[in-house]
Amino acid sequence: MERSEAELIAAVLKGDRASFEPLVEKYSPRVFATARRYARRESEIEDIVQEVWLKAFDKLKSFRGEAPFEHWLMRMAVRTCYDFLRGHQRNRESSFSEISEPEEDWLERYAADPGSAPEDADAAKLLIDRVLGKLSPEARLVIQLLEIEDRSVKEIAQITGWSVPLVKVRAFRARSEMRKILTRMTKEKYL
Amino acid sequence: MKPAELQKKLIATARLQVPDDRVPYAFEKRIMALIAARAVVDKWVFWTRGLWRAAIPCAAVALIFAAVSLFVPAAADSGNDLSQDFENTLLASVDQPDIASMP
Repeated sequence: MERSEAELIAAVLKGDRASFEPLVEKYSPRVFATARRYARRESEIEDIVQEVWLKAFDKLKSFRGEAPFEHWLMRMAVRTCYDFLRGHQRNRESSFSEISEPEEDWLERYAADPGSAPEDADAAKLLIDRVLGKLSPEARLVIQLLEIEDRSVKEIAQITGWSVPLVKVRAFRARSEMRKILTRMTKEKYL
Repeated sequence: MKPAELQKKLIATARLQVPDDRVPYAFEKRIMALIAARAVVDKWVFWTRGLWRAAIPCAAVALIFAAVSLFVPAAADSGNDLSQDFENTLLASVDQPDIASMP
């Protein structure tokens, strides 16, 4: 008979480490999907996910069971991704000179007629990845959660541990940071 | 080219991207092995931490006794030397002459 999540967690807390494995198996796809939003290299992604699970195991005592385990775990995953971004700040690219040819073509098409540049083009995906990679960790996290994942300010405050006003301030700054990057990028290429 | 419009377009692109949720083969086994390995290390950590903690009060006690022995003046009468008395008591059995060899 399959044990419930609460039973598995209770067993782990009593010292039965093996009961943690079904939880890892069940939720790893979601944690991997989250990590892939913030890191590119597969080795970095695996490191992030590994850290999330080790933290989850260590802090399992703090899980009170008021919210679903998945929410608690995803909060930890997002915070670990944020720590990763902060730790890799220096790797942020400094110039747009390395834009690939398809990206340049897409931008040119967009400049000529915004409607003719498809949103689902691979070049557009590369371009948004590049722009997100240039954002500061705070800005990247806010843009990801607020604009891309469409989460509410309150939700973001719960996930990040920031206050609601701080999320709003950081959202405002993040949007303007992104606009500045895009302005610089278009100036570098088209002026 | 308006950056605000481009921003909206690129955000829309990002929304269309569904992140890959593929998990490497036997990843859960790797996590469980790591947890088990850490538990072994933790036992050592427990002992080393305890010993380090005990080292601090031990050093403090040693310092106090060193200070006391340095600053408290020694008694003028060397006949009442505690260390000498202690040594005499400890070695009393060895110092006793062999009764069998006595005339």
